[in-house]
Amino acid sequence: MPLEVRRTANGLQLDLSGEWGMPQFAALESQLGTLEVGSAREVRVVTQGLTALNLSGAWALRQFLARAGAAGAAVSFDPAPPDQLRLVDETLKAAEPDAVPAAADGESGLLAAIGRWTVDAAGDLTGWLAFLGRVTATLLASLPQPRRLRPISLARHVYDTGITAMPIVALIAFLISVILAYLSAQELRGYGVDIYVADLVTIGVLRELGVLLTAIIVAGRSGSAFAAEIGSMQLNEEVDALIASGVDPFEVLVLPRVLGLIIAMPLLTIVADLVGLSGGALLCRYLLDMPLTQFVHRVQEAIAPTTFWVGMAKAPVFALLIALAGCSRGMQVHGSARVLGHMVTVAVVQAIFLVILADALFAILFMKMNI
Amino acid sequence: MEAPVVEVRGLVNRFGGQVVHDGLDMQVERDEVFGIVGGSGSGKSVLLRTILGLQRPLAGVVRINGSDITHLTEAQLRPIKAGYGVAFQSGALYSGLTLLQNVQLPMIEYLELERTALDELALLKIRLVGLPADAADKYPAQLSGGMVKRAAVARALALDPVLLFLDEPTSGLDPVSAAAFDDLVLYLQKQLRLTIVMITHDLDSIFRTCNRVGVIVDHHMESDTLQRIVDHPNPWIQAYFHGERARERAPGERHGA
Repeated sequence: MPLEVRRTANGLQLDLSGEWGMPQFAALESQLGTLEVGSAREVRVVTQGLTALNLSGAWALRQFLARAGAAGAAVSFDPAPPDQLRLVDETLKAAEPDAVPAAADGESGLLAAIGRWTVDAAGDLTGWLAFLGRVTATLLASLPQPRRLRPISLARHVYDTGITAMPIVALIAFLISVILAYLSAQELRGYGVDIYVADLVTIGVLRELGVLLTAIIVAGRSGSAFAAEIGSMQLNEEVDALIASGVDPFEVLVLPRVLGLIIAMPLLTIVADLVGLSGGALLCRYLLDMPLTQFVHRVQEAIAPTTFWVGMAKAPVFALLIALAGCSRGMQVHGSARVLGHMVTVAVVQAIFLVILADALFAILFMKMNI
Repeated sequence: MEAPVVEVRGLVNRFGGQVVHDGLDMQVERDEVFGIVGGSGSGKSVLLRTILGLQRPLAGVVRINGSDITHLTEAQLRPIKAGYGVAFQSGALYSGLTLLQNVQLPMIEYLELERTALDELALLKIRLVGLPADAADKYPAQLSGGMVKRAAVARALALDPVLLFLDEPTSGLDPVSAAAFDDLVLYLQKQLRLTIVMITHDLDSIFRTCNRVGVIVDHHMESDTLQRIVDHPNPWIQAYFHGERARERAPGERHGA
């Protein structure tokens, strides 16, 4: 045992021996922690047998001796207090090196929380508008010189956000239209009007689902990628390096992403529409025994000239919202990896929320316009 | 005679066709501050990574306190790793944790302790490296460059190691902070009887703190006491210690132990 405790006539005698290192520390700490000082008038610490004492061990000993001292016992050492104990003493007693006054915590409580939340939300909104404004200003400034639109970077973003997303967008569109057709076929069959499945799938996919699902996939894929790319560049001071070398990060980082997505989204929507209609046709053919010619005929009956364009018109707007959410959150990253993760999460959640909100506004708008 | 704290024999490291180390030998004795010096790209960091077991060498032996770490499993390495601390060049503090939590992380991994004991022990380490107690609740991003370097040492000392590795501890610090850091190294070495292995480029730092210096030249290491290594005939070593930037210094200026 590295620590033997003996009760003497006047109090306690602690015999320290052997090695007080990390392996012994936990046991020693609990032994010293539970040791009763009681009515001891004297605590004698014998350090003769001690071969090694680490800082943590010295700290545990000091904690006990402080407790004994507070209980009124006199502490003595035989032959001398270990150096490590003195080091712990010195460190803890030393004057605080250039302590910085703690920042005021501010008000707490529900009212203050609501107030702070409101101020934050307002700041968020103005931040959004300012970001949109800067993107627009940068766009207008670069328009006279097409070179400043960074065509190579733009092409890369169209490829990354558009071409590589095609398989997943097509798959989702196919599955959703099959689900839609299957569900409506079951309901409509009861009324003997299962021929209208084709109408429902066509209008549903072209007007709403094609573009909405594409936007949600793109928000998850590219909105997060934008936030993470720009965010890690912020952490790495790459954005600062751009600014310092006189390059506008909005021009080289934000604008190509926004424009690239605005180009890519409508293209993806066309893919989703095409595959969605094919999925509907396939299901009608094999589940309802509706010949393909009849499906095509129904589709032509069902769609107004505007149906396709109602869906397509939303694509660039959704693209803008997703790209802005991703890029603005990415630009807000500072400090640590945790902030990066948080901002990527916020970017995706906000992008999806904004897309659905915009979709709702579009629905009202189109209804008022009677299309 | 006591086994060297760190012993490297016949180390060979190669990346593709590029030879980094070719039969490198190094030996660090107890209680000394050993400086590793070398040109950029000479393999200082690779050497450190090899000693820390982050990288397996092509050939050679690395012994820490007598045990060859190149042939140990992760489980066997655990007690050896508990015996040394490492302060990485950029601090490598966990950015999602406060300074206090950074220091506590190794303690929680290796020890079972009460919350209050953990807090106070971690605070002791933070104060020991000369940081104010109110830095404990800050995140690494809120600390200045000099504080991050000290914080990295505090975390390296979490388990009271006897061996400390420092990777370019004074790089990026102003001369005053660098000198203060050198004092910290000397203070800790003396008070805690640490053996310190330090990679550095900083001549001031070498003259102030190191007992012995190992210079990596031509994939080997030339090591000797500071007084003798400065007179080594190798042209690179001559250029390093007697070049334009070193001219005004002499090894006699060394302070402390």
